[in-house]
Amino acid sequence: MRKLFGYSKEILLVLLAIVFLSPIYIIFVNSFKDRQELYDNALSLPATFSLQYYLEAMEKMNFLSAIANSLYVTILSVVIIVVLSSMTAWMLVRTGGKLSTIIFMTFIATMLIPFQTLMMPLMQFMSSITNNLNIPMYNTREGLIFMNVGFHASLSVFLYHGFIKSIPITLEEAATIDGASKFGVFWRIIFPMLKPITATVMILNVISIWNDFLLPSLTLIDVGLRTIPLSTFYFFGEFSIQWNLAMAGLTLTIIPVIIFYALAQKHIIKGIGEGAVK
Amino acid sequence: MASKNKRRWYVLFTAPLLLIFTTVVLIPFLIGIYYAFFEWDGIAANPKVFVGMENFTSLLQDERFLESAWITTLFTVLSVIAINVVGLAFALLVTSKLRTSNVARTMLFMPYLIGGLILGYIWQFVFLDVFALFGEVTGLDKVFFNWLIDPQFAMYGLVFVFTWQMAGYVMIIYIAGLQGIPNEVVEASKIDGASPWQRFSRVTLPLLMPALTISLFLTLSSAFKIYDVNLSLTGGGPANSTEMFAMNIYNEIFGSGNYGLGQAKAIVFFLIVAAITLTQVYITKKREVEM
Repeated sequence: MRKLFGYSKEILLVLLAIVFLSPIYIIFVNSFKDRQELYDNALSLPATFSLQYYLEAMEKMNFLSAIANSLYVTILSVVIIVVLSSMTAWMLVRTGGKLSTIIFMTFIATMLIPFQTLMMPLMQFMSSITNNLNIPMYNTREGLIFMNVGFHASLSVFLYHGFIKSIPITLEEAATIDGASKFGVFWRIIFPMLKPITATVMILNVISIWNDFLLPSLTLIDVGLRTIPLSTFYFFGEFSIQWNLAMAGLTLTIIPVIIFYALAQKHIIKGIGEGAVK
Repeated sequence: MASKNKRRWYVLFTAPLLLIFTTVVLIPFLIGIYYAFFEWDGIAANPKVFVGMENFTSLLQDERFLESAWITTLFTVLSVIAINVVGLAFALLVTSKLRTSNVARTMLFMPYLIGGLILGYIWQFVFLDVFALFGEVTGLDKVFFNWLIDPQFAMYGLVFVFTWQMAGYVMIIYIAGLQGIPNEVVEASKIDGASPWQRFSRVTLPLLMPALTISLFLTLSSAFKIYDVNLSLTGGGPANSTEMFAMNIYNEIFGSGNYGLGQAKAIVFFLIVAAITLTQVYITKKREVEM
C-alpha cells in the first residue's frame, strides 16, 4: 500500500512537469497541421508529420542567416567578456589600493542601471561615433558585440572578483620569482584555476545575450544582420494569423535552446544557482 | 623600475574592458541625465531646448505614465507572490527524494531558458485557442476564454506567463536553500510529533529565509523591469491596459519622439530600480550578520 502511494507520487510529479511544458507540446504538434486540422482540435497529434511549414518558415524567417548571426554575436561576445573581465578582476584583486576599489565599486554601482535608462543616449552616442570617427558601431554585428561586452562587464567582473579573492596568492608569487611575466602567470597559472567560475560566467552571459531582443533591435537595422529574437519578431508580426507557419517558426527557435540545455544541463543549473546567490 | 613595470601591466590588463565599459555604460548614463532636462524630438538637425525640471514636473500630470506606474506595481506584486509560491512548491516537490525528481527538475526549469519574446508568442496561441477550447469543453467560459482581449485579464495573463517563465528559476534558488537545511533538525521535529504543516511553517520556512530574501528581490526587480514578454504577449494592449513602465518609456522616446520627456521617465525608472535593489542589499547584509 505504501509502495503504491509512493509510485503515485512519482507519477504525479512527472504529470505535473508534463502539464507544465504542455504549451511547448501544443506549439510542436500544431506546426505540422494544416488550417482545417488546426481548428478542429489544437491538442491532437497531427495526421502527418510533413515538414512543409518548417521549410516555408525557415525561408521566410531567414532562419539560417539568423542562427549564424546569433551564434557569431553570442560566441564572440562571451569569449571577449571572459577574457577581459577575468584579467581585469585579477588585477583589481591582486593590486588593491584606492584606484582598484574605485573601479570595482563603479562596476558594482552600474549594475543598478536598467537598460531603458541607457538605450536612447547610447544610440545617440554610438551613431555619433559612427558618423564622426568613422568607426562602424551602429548597424553592425561587431558594434553589437562591443556593446554586449560593455553591458555584461559588471556582473562578470563581480563574479570573477569574488572567486579570485579565495585563491591563495602563494602560487603566483612562486611563479613571479621564477621570472614569468604577469601575462604568463595569469594565463598559465591563474586562468586554469578559474574554470568553475568561468563556466558560470559563460552560461549566464550566453542565456542573456542569445535571448536579448531590445538592444539588437535598436542597433541592427539591415535585414541580413538579424539575430533569432529579431527575426522571430518580424516574422511573427507578418504571419501571426497563419498559426501553423508561425508555430513551425517558434519550434525552430526553441531547438537551439533545447540542444544547449541537453549538452550543458548540469552546468546550467549550477551556474544559475551560483549567479543568483552572489 | 619595478613599480613602473607594475603600472604598465595594470593598465594593459584593465584598460581594454574599462574603455568599452566607459563607452557603453558610463558616458551614455551621463548624457542621459543631461538629455532629461531638454525638450527634443530626436532629430539631429532640430534644436534641443533647455527646459529645466519641466520634464519631471510634467510626468506627474501624464495620466498614461501614472496609469502605467500603477499597472506595473500591481503586476509586480502579483508576479512576485505567484512566482515564489509556485517556485517554492516545485522545490519542495523536487527535493522530496523521488526517483523522478531529477527529470522533473530539468523539465520545470526549461521555460526560463527560452527567451521572453518567444514565450509570449507561444502563450498568445495557448490563450487564443486552448483557453477557448477549455471554456467550451468545461462550460467554464467565464474563466477560460482568450484573456488577452480583456483589459483586466490581459494583465493576469502577463502574470501567468511570467510565472511560468520564472518559477523554475526561483525553484533552483530554493533547492539550494533546502539542501542547506540539516536533516537532523527536520527529523528531530518529526520525532517530537510535529505535523507536516508544522514542520514546514516552524522549521523549514524560517531556515529558508536567506533563499527567500534573495529570490523575492530577484523576482521583484525583474518583474518591475519586464519588457520582452510584455511586447510579445500583449504589446501593451488592449488599449494600453498592460503597458508596463519599460514599454511606456520606449514608446515615449521612439514611438512619440519625445526624447527629453522619455529620458526623464527613464531617470525616474532608474531611481526606483536602484531604491528596490539597495533595499535588497541592505536587508540581505543585515540577515547575514544575524545568521
